[in-house]
Amino acid sequence: MTFFLQNLVNALQWGSFYALIALGYSMVYSILMLFNFAHGDIFMVGAYIGFFISTGLVVFSASGILPLPNWLILMLTIVFAMIATSFLGMIVERVAYRPLRDAPRASVAVTAMMVGIILETGNLALLGARRRNFPALIEMTTYKIGGVSVTNTRIMIVVLSVLLMLALHLFIRRTKWGMAIRAMAYDYVVVPLMGVSVNTITVLTFGIGSALAAAAGIFFGIAYPVLEPYMGILVGWKAFVAAILGGRGSVPGAALAGFLLGFIEIFVAAIFPSTLRDLIAYSIILIILTFRPHGFFGEAYSARLRL
Amino acid sequence: MLLNRIRSQFAQVPLLGWLFGALIAVAVEYLVGSPLAQVLGLAGIPALFGFEIMLKKPLLIPSAILYVLAVYVLPAGAVAWLSSSLANWLATKFLSFPRWLSVVIHLGLLYAALHLWASLNDYRVLVVRLTLIAIMLTLSLNVVNGYMGEFSCSHPGFMALGAYAASVFTVAAFVQDDVFGPPLLPPVLGPFMFPVALIVGGLVAALAALLVAIPSFRTRGDYLAIISLAFMFIVKSLIENLEIVGGPRGFMNQPPWADLPTVFVWTVVCVAIIHNFVSSTLGKALCAIRDDETAAETMTVDTRRTKMVAFLFAAFWAGVAGGLFAHLMSYVNPGTFGVLKLSEVLAMVYLGGLNSVVGSIVGAVSLQLLMEALRPLEVLKWIIIPTLLILVMIFRPTGLIAFRELDIEKLLKPRQKPVEEVKYAVASD
Repeated sequence: MTFFLQNLVNALQWGSFYALIALGYSMVYSILMLFNFAHGDIFMVGAYIGFFISTGLVVFSASGILPLPNWLILMLTIVFAMIATSFLGMIVERVAYRPLRDAPRASVAVTAMMVGIILETGNLALLGARRRNFPALIEMTTYKIGGVSVTNTRIMIVVLSVLLMLALHLFIRRTKWGMAIRAMAYDYVVVPLMGVSVNTITVLTFGIGSALAAAAGIFFGIAYPVLEPYMGILVGWKAFVAAILGGRGSVPGAALAGFLLGFIEIFVAAIFPSTLRDLIAYSIILIILTFRPHGFFGEAYSARLRL
Repeated sequence: MLLNRIRSQFAQVPLLGWLFGALIAVAVEYLVGSPLAQVLGLAGIPALFGFEIMLKKPLLIPSAILYVLAVYVLPAGAVAWLSSSLANWLATKFLSFPRWLSVVIHLGLLYAALHLWASLNDYRVLVVRLTLIAIMLTLSLNVVNGYMGEFSCSHPGFMALGAYAASVFTVAAFVQDDVFGPPLLPPVLGPFMFPVALIVGGLVAALAALLVAIPSFRTRGDYLAIISLAFMFIVKSLIENLEIVGGPRGFMNQPPWADLPTVFVWTVVCVAIIHNFVSSTLGKALCAIRDDETAAETMTVDTRRTKMVAFLFAAFWAGVAGGLFAHLMSYVNPGTFGVLKLSEVLAMVYLGGLNSVVGSIVGAVSLQLLMEALRPLEVLKWIIIPTLLILVMIFRPTGLIAFRELDIEKLLKPRQKPVEEVKYAVASD
């Protein structure tokens, strides 16, 4: 039981990264039917932006002009990094994807892949291959609850991730903007005729997705404080799988699938040799998709509608 | 005006003339290449049209350009122009031969030029063979992503399966190995059994493709993309966990049988078969499915079966390409067949052009050469190439040469036109 609970705690943290990134994939996919393969690298850039902001704030605070408490630095880092990264997402959309709005979807997917390579290599060229250490902003304390050890960072990451997801869910369900997003996902052809601007909604979607990816990047940096330019690739592709598993355009679906992927990976690694992790995790996904091809919360649709 | 004159002159040169030109140009390089390079102040014969020299030492750019002009452009152009009447005469003669014979003659000339060019430098041999394998991969992926109009991500996986299956076959049968023990068959048989090994590799890949095809073609939509992606990761992870083939350390000791003639012949066979496949009834049905699946189904196309056959066919050729790759390197490791390989192959397909055999060849050759030529730039290479590709996608969303078929008749026929026709062509330009 202790073993199960301990791994459950680990899996919750690991799954929240996947869930946050998968949400960005899922939203873009639901509106543009676009596989935004660059999203994993936006997560990486978000982590780096977070690293620079927090390091800068730590230095500024230490200089004595305006001493800031560490928790405030962390909150400021999250907010500013989310804003900065959402601008990056919007720029990528404007420069690389918008000219291709009417192109075959696969061409846009390849473009996205190339944008990802440019982001990775650009980072490598600008900052060098040296790994960066994310500053430790919170004193790590470990609580023991019935034999299960839980750290405060872990609790914070899971709680903040769930709060972000709830906020997104409310935004999509309760606001006018969210309604426009849902409408656009429902019908890409007619809704613009009703006075909803395609470009505004697309930019908004990219901005929100990238902001969530940045949050995931900062949380990742807090949990595993080593950053390198290629950290986004594997996490990004797995989050993409989770997004599809959740069902097209479904916020709870993507979140659930992200957590599920985290659970599968952590439990496989705990029970079997960890080299088998990918093998078993993807086999389970393959089986799920065989029986539920539209994902958990997805509905049947035809991709041809968008071409 | 002058350009038009030159163009109209060269428009009369048939393919045969260009092949003569290429052959003479490489012969010139073979005979006087190294003294000429010394005169021009180059360290040796430029390996790949002088790109490395230009990027590494900008001062040598004029001599590299001079070298390329003197060795390749001038002789090839001059010979093509001078031999144009002879070549046209020969091409007219060839029209009376069976077509396969004239194709074989053209390919023989092409191979001769390629062989002579590559024989000057080991690096060139490697690049040419890698390019030919890239052509096979690109073409087979184009069957799925172009002609069928789906998005498959599993090609590196099929390539890995083909590479490992063929390697296990040859290593177990012909090599003294620590794991697989003494050779099972006499080594004399080796080179004759190599095609069998490659076909075994292809069949293993095709069989595995069934695993992807059965769940993904039940419903329409993007399931192939996601299932094939999962499949690629499964294959990579599976091989990493198979200790008998070396796990993550890789698998070596493959006999180096993938030499230039072998790879060339396999590539030609692959191009010919895929070309025939896509122009067959089945290929037409495939294009119909891409354009409108419902309409195709009402027109009696068995969509599921057609898609499956095409997918397995593509996987087979990816497996063969993988087998050749393994015997070229004499070493494979599962890390090779990951996301990076996937982006490379996809980039080749979409750069060259969807639904086009010529396009795939152009895409594979140009991207492979670009990757080799920009090697001296190191990190910047991976910024320049993706940027170029994005620009191509923005201005030609379906690729450079899309939806154009390889027309062998037109390619081989003589180009001598009556004078009036040429004038008309010039005026209309």
